[in-house]
Parts: sequence; C-alpha cells; structure tokens
Amino acid sequence: MLVEIKNLSIRFPTPQGESEAVRGVSLSLGQEKLGIVGESGSGKSLTARSILKLLPGNARISADRLAFDGTDVLAASEADMRAIRGRRAGLILQDPKYALNPVMTAGSQIAEAWRAHRPANARAGRKEAAEAAVDLLAQVQIRDPDRVAGAYPHELSGGMGQRVMIAMMLAPSPDLLIADEPTSALDATVQAEILRLVEDLVSSRGMGLILISHDLPLVSHVCDRVAVMYAGQVVEELPAHDLRHARHGYTRGLLECLPSLIHPQKRLQVLNRDPAWLDPIGARG
Amino acid sequence: MVSGITRDWLLSDSPASRSQAAWGRRYRLWLQFRRHGLAMAGLCVIVFVVVVSALAPVLATQNPGAQDLAARLAPPSAAHWLGTDELGRDLFSRLVYGGRITLGMVLAVVVLVAPFGLAVGCVAGYAGGIADKVLMRVTDIFLAFPRLVLALAFVAAMKPGVESAVFAIALTAWPPYARLARAETLTFRNTDFVAAVRLTGASASRIVLRHIAPLCLSSLIVRVTLDMSSIVLTAAGLGFLGMGAQPPSPEWGAMIASARRFLLDEWWVPTIPGLAIFVVSLAFNLLGDGLRDVLDPKQS
Amino acid sequence: MRASVRALAGAVVTVPITLLGLALVTFLIGRVMPIDPVLAILGDRAPEEVIARTRIEMGLDRPLPIQFFRYITQLMHGDLGNSVMTSHPVTEDIAHFFPATIELATTAMLIAMLIGIPLGVFAAVRQGSRLDNVVRVFCLTGQSVPVFVLAMLSLLVFYARLGWAPGTGRADVVFQDMVPENTGLLTVDSMIAGDWDSFRDALAHLAQPAGVLAWFSIAYIARMTRAFMLDALSGEYIITARAKGLSAARIIWRHAFGNIAVRLVTVLALTYAGLLEGAVITETVFSWPGLGQYLTVSLLNADMNAVLGATLVVGLVYVVLNLLADMIYRMLDPRVR
Repeated sequence: MLVEIKNLSIRFPTPQGESEAVRGVSLSLGQEKLGIVGESGSGKSLTARSILKLLPGNARISADRLAFDGTDVLAASEADMRAIRGRRAGLILQDPKYALNPVMTAGSQIAEAWRAHRPANARAGRKEAAEAAVDLLAQVQIRDPDRVAGAYPHELSGGMGQRVMIAMMLAPSPDLLIADEPTSALDATVQAEILRLVEDLVSSRGMGLILISHDLPLVSHVCDRVAVMYAGQVVEELPAHDLRHARHGYTRGLLECLPSLIHPQKRLQVLNRDPAWLDPIGARG
Repeated sequence: MVSGITRDWLLSDSPASRSQAAWGRRYRLWLQFRRHGLAMAGLCVIVFVVVVSALAPVLATQNPGAQDLAARLAPPSAAHWLGTDELGRDLFSRLVYGGRITLGMVLAVVVLVAPFGLAVGCVAGYAGGIADKVLMRVTDIFLAFPRLVLALAFVAAMKPGVESAVFAIALTAWPPYARLARAETLTFRNTDFVAAVRLTGASASRIVLRHIAPLCLSSLIVRVTLDMSSIVLTAAGLGFLGMGAQPPSPEWGAMIASARRFLLDEWWVPTIPGLAIFVVSLAFNLLGDGLRDVLDPKQS
Repeated sequence: MRASVRALAGAVVTVPITLLGLALVTFLIGRVMPIDPVLAILGDRAPEEVIARTRIEMGLDRPLPIQFFRYITQLMHGDLGNSVMTSHPVTEDIAHFFPATIELATTAMLIAMLIGIPLGVFAAVRQGSRLDNVVRVFCLTGQSVPVFVLAMLSLLVFYARLGWAPGTGRADVVFQDMVPENTGLLTVDSMIAGDWDSFRDALAHLAQPAGVLAWFSIAYIARMTRAFMLDALSGEYIITARAKGLSAARIIWRHAFGNIAVRLVTVLALTYAGLLEGAVITETVFSWPGLGQYLTVSLLNADMNAVLGATLVVGLVYVVLNLLADMIYRMLDPRVR
C-alpha cells in the first residue's frame, strides 16, 4: 500500500471554537490512479496534502493511521518528511502563475528539485543539473526546452507553466504524484493535453496518482477509482467506470446537473442539498 | 435615551436606525481594539498625558519659571520630585507644563495637515488628468526632502519659535497624507456605488465630500496616529537644535538642549525630559499599531 | 530590457522637474525669510547707498522670476553662493564636510542592514513566537527614541561610565590631520596610508555615532523585512518549494528572501536617505564634522546660503538615491524587466 489513511480528522481553531474541515476520512492507494472529487471546502485538498504534511500552520491533525509507504507520517520528523517530499511523492498545484517562484527561471527551479534529492555520493554540478532540467522539459513535451529553461514563469503560458511544474515534480522520480486541480486554471483546450500528459507519464513510470478535481466526468476519464467528498467526509467511493451506479444522493445530484447534448433538457437540473448528507457517516456500510 | 444604550442595543443584529448601526459598528471595533494589550497601554499613556497637561496648573508643585539658584541641579527629593535644572527650576513642574507644548504642537500640526492632505489627495485622485499630475509632482518635490532638514530650513527662514516650528512641520508632513488619500480615492473612483451616486446627478464635490472622503478616513486616522509619534520627535528635535520652542519655555527638546552640558555629572537633568519624549512617542506608536490592526487590516 | 530603457527615459523627464522643484522651494525659502540677505552680508552698520548698490548687484531689485532664473543659472555652474560664516563658497564647504557624513551614514547603514534584515527574516519565519514579539516591540521602541537622547545616553554610558568608547569628534588630537586626504573618509584614507594606529582611532571614533545612528534604521529595516517576508512566505510557491523537499534554510533564503530582496533595495535607499537626516542631530551631539553639523551651525548663525545649499544637496542625494533604487529594481526584478 502506497498510502493508507484511516479516520483522518483535520481541525482549525476559530474564534467560535474548532471547526472540523476533514471528518473521519479513510482512503487507501496502491499503484493506481485515484480521483478525489468534491466542491471547494469539501476537504479534498487538505486530505491529499496531509499525506505530505503540508498543511497550514494552525491545522490540527489526527488519525488512526496516516502512512506513506509504511512510514507513519504523523510521527515523522520534518527531516523524515523532507525525504518523502519531492523524492517519493510530488505535488502539483492549481495555478502555475502562483505556484512557480516568480524570480527564478523555469530551468533553475527544475534543476533545484533534481539536485535536492541526489544521493550524497553522487552530488551533481550545476551544469549537469541544467542539462537534466532541459531533458525533463523535453519529456513533458515542450518543443523548445532550451528556451523555456531560461524563461521566467511570467513569460510562460498557463499550459507551459503547468508542464514546467510537472517536470519539476518528476525530476526526482517519485512513486506518487498528487495533482491538486492541475487543470482548473487552464484554458479548456489545454486542459485535455495536460491531463493526457499526466496520465501517460504516470502510466509509463508506474507511479501512483491522486487527482483532485471538482470535475466528476473528467476524473472518471483518467482515474481507476473515484472518491466523492462532501463537507469533510468521503460520501462514496466507487470504480471510475461505474459512475452510473452511484448510490449517494450527492454524487447522483452532481451527475444529473450536467447538461447533455444527446439528451437536451429545457431546464438545467439544480442540486438539491439534503441536510442528512452532513451527518457523520460513522462505520462504513 | 441614556438608559437605552446597553450592550445589547449596541450589538443588535437588526439595528432600528442608522445611528444605532453606526454606534454598533464603533462598539464592535472598540471590542476588537480592547484585546490589543500594547495598544491599550498606549491609549492609557496618552489619556494620562493629556489629563496631566490639562491639569498642569493644579498638578505643578511650583511655578515652572521660578528660579532658585541656591538649589540648582538638585537630585530628586521631596521638595523637587524630579530634581531641579541648572537655574534651580523644578523639573517636575516644567515637565508637566512641557507636555502642554508638545501635545499642542502635535494637535496643531495634525489639524493643519490632515484635512489639507486629504483634500489634495481626493481632488488629485478623483479629478485625474493634469490636476492629478501637477498635484502629485508637487507632492513628490516635498517628499524629496528629508523632513527634519526641510523643517530646519523653513524655521531658519522665519523666526525660531513654536509657531514657526508647527508651520514648518506641517509643511513637510502633508505629502504622505495626500499620497494615501489619492491611492484610496483611486480604488473607490471607479466602483459601482460611486457610479450609482453619479447617475443620481450628484456633483463631483458632493461625491468627493460625502462619499469618497469618509471612506479614506479610517486609513487616514491610522496614519495620523502613527505620524503623531514622528511629529513629537521632530518637534523635540527642532527644540533641541534651538529652532523650535525657545529656552525659557519648558519644551522637552529645549530642556534637553540647555541641560546637555550637565550630562556627565547630573545625568538625570537631560535624561528625564528625554524619557518623557520617548514615552509619549512610544505611546502614539503603540496606539497607531493597534488601530491599524483594527481599522486597516490589510495594511498590517 | 526595453521596459528599463523606457523607465530611464521617464526618469530623464521627471527627475529634472523634481530637481527644479527642489530649487524653487529653497529659492522661495530664501526669499520669504525676514533676514535681509544684504544686511546679512554687510551688517546693519553699512551706509544706505552701499546697501542699495549691493541690492542691485545681487539682482534683488529684479522681479522674482528673473531672480529665480539667475539662481538656477548659478546652480548649474555649481555656485551656491558664499557662506557668511566660513567666507568660503558653500560648494567648497559642502565638498569638505560631506565625506564625513557619508562615512558615518554608510557605516550606520551597514550595521543596520546586518542586524535589521536577519531580525526581520527570523521574526517573520517564527510569526507569533516570543522572538517575533520581542522584535515587534523593539521596532516600536527603536522608532520612538529621539536620536539625541539615545546619543547622549550612549555617551554617558559608553564614554563617561564604562570608558569603552572614545569621546566626541572624528579622531583624537594626536591623530588629527595625520593622514593625507584622498577620499575624505578617514577610515579609508588611513588604510590607504597604511597608518594602522590612525585607522584604529578613526574606527573607534566612528563606532559610537554610527551605532546610535543605526538604531533607528535597524527598527525600520527589520519591520519592513518582516512585513515583506510574511507576504512572501504566504505565497503558493513556498508550498511548491516545500513539496520539493527542500531544506528550511533554502526555502527561507533562496525562495522567500529571493523574492523580496529587490523590494528591500527600495527600503534600503529610503533608509540611507533617512540616515542623512538623522546625521544632522547625531553629528551635533558627537561633534562630528560633517554636513549635519555644518547645517546646524549655519542655522544658528542665520547663514542662509549655507543652510539652503546644504538642504539642496541633501534633497539632491535623496532624489538620486530614489532614482538609483528604482533603476536597480527594474534591472533585477524579472517581472518588470
């Protein structure tokens, strides 16, 4: 098992007392592609980031088990986590415009990730790292890797920026890639390309993937399994090809809201929220 | 009416009148402000200094100008709580009266500067075009001088004294306010609510006076409070250099200047007014810092 | 690079306007003063017709715009008039006194940077911790102390009581005028001359006023650094850097600090300009023979040419520093380049 999460809870202190953003989530992942779907604030991002212990400083986290490849993340020190971050698991953020350091060139940011995780006996020089960066840029199908390597983030388009981000996270050859809404900030035409790229790279390298999105059909396209989150809980988990058989009201509601060209409707369906969805799910079953 | 003002009335979720809503808002800000320990300390010190200065004739144990050469440079004692200066004048009484001068100068400068800066900034920001360019260029020119140096040159050209010092500090203090008010005005100028007011036929002056200027006030208040500390320092600096209040006057900076010679032996004589300047200046800084957190959260 | 060329072109237009404005301000101050410039030179015993003739010679009977034009022409030739007090041209006086101020302000600047920047960075990294609170209070305290009080207390403690620091002035009597003047910076000149005793003496005299002067700026630099760092540390790219598994030091210094370094340049330029101002008072207390002391002595003697000349020079330095900071910003920040 690459990732094991049992009964994860993440809380934030507020003036009115603690608010629980993630409430008893359990998930597990092998070398497969898992999609986590939910609306903003449903806790999907926090759940994924807790694997790398990259939560806001005031977050309070507890779980029966939170492990990455057998390492207990909750007990791990900051140094232990650094050995996991980047090296074993990469994280792709939503908008490359903000997620890339604006005053470093694309190439140097990739080279930095590449060098950071070289074994101590194989310390590489700057030149070697720069060459590796260009090579990685070519792997994410950038046509002019030399030029892009020397460019600053603001000189790149959104799609290019996200490719740089992917190249950077692939540099130390991790086993798991967490992609947190990797295409939400991009144009519709570029979205498909980026997703295909991620899918290809993950498959060819035999990596695990956690794809976080609010786009249910898109996730079901790419992933093997989909977990649907609502108000901090996983309300339903099912094989991606089996979405039609979704049982939970929220998942069904989401699917029914989608406009369809084959079966046009006069009025678009809206999601009617059932207060019962907020109730604790408790023991699964 | 008075009995109607209760905590519940102030914190009501559904105020019955505009004034209730306004007072409720102020009360909430006060509740927020009260949590800042340091800012509250600053406020207390300032209130204390204001009260002491107002009551100076009552509190002073002696006439601040009365000389007693036999008891010159005396250390603190029961007769002279903080000792005496080089002419045997009672330091405590002088300190108390000096507070009037310092606070008076601060108040005078603020009254002169804040409305002027606000007006220049709002006009420049709202009018735009040539008026904006010219006004901002003038502002930049005044900003290009270090404050104390320009104030010194002004005072030297006039006659050293409290009035000249106030005028000189005011002349050098307004540009930041104009800058601030202009920046705020620019953010409001193209908002929908201003467009709506304009559609109802409001004149430019009405829009600026009734709708834009009030919105600039909260950041202006923060700025004024923080600035008061530097006005205290500049006023004292001018006094110290002999360009502000003139010697017989118990202005703190001037007191230090005349007692400077005794630093090595009777060190408390120049140090006590120095401490007073520091405390008042620090109090304004603490207060301003707290106000900024409450009134202007995006700035902190 | 094109944007920086455009910025340079913009500066070519705005800087002269600002400088002209500076000259206008000093010119007007010179005209509104109640002290008659003619009487200031001749004294009030001079015969009536001499005064009238001098007035015409000085062009004071002409309309103000023409007088201003003359003033500008003189400024262009580097002529700030003569100092009544020293009877030298003001330009010469300033050239003589300015290096001492530069030496003092630059040393203070280095001290303030070396202490203020790390203080601000660490306060931001440990936001809300005890260290952060100490730095915050220290900053407010630093901003509230009158420079002259701090200077006097420093003299009292370090010179009179502890005997750690030498007294006022720039050098002990025995070392005065011992090294040939090259740069006007006594520490540098004594180094050039290889006179190490002089150097140690100059450095010892410099340390105390520079430290006092730096105090105020440490607070300002630390406060701005802290604010910038808090802003930078909340950036998404910091999460990226952490996700890459980088060390805390690298994240703080390379990624967060790397982003604010350029903005700090502007702060440092402003600080340096502020130090010139603080130098006026510090120099007076420490009898440091720089531009600040020249200014205050001229003030007390109502030597207006000297006062206005010194004011104008300080204003000019201010403008140039701001321009330099702006240029550096445009050259170093890839986003505006």
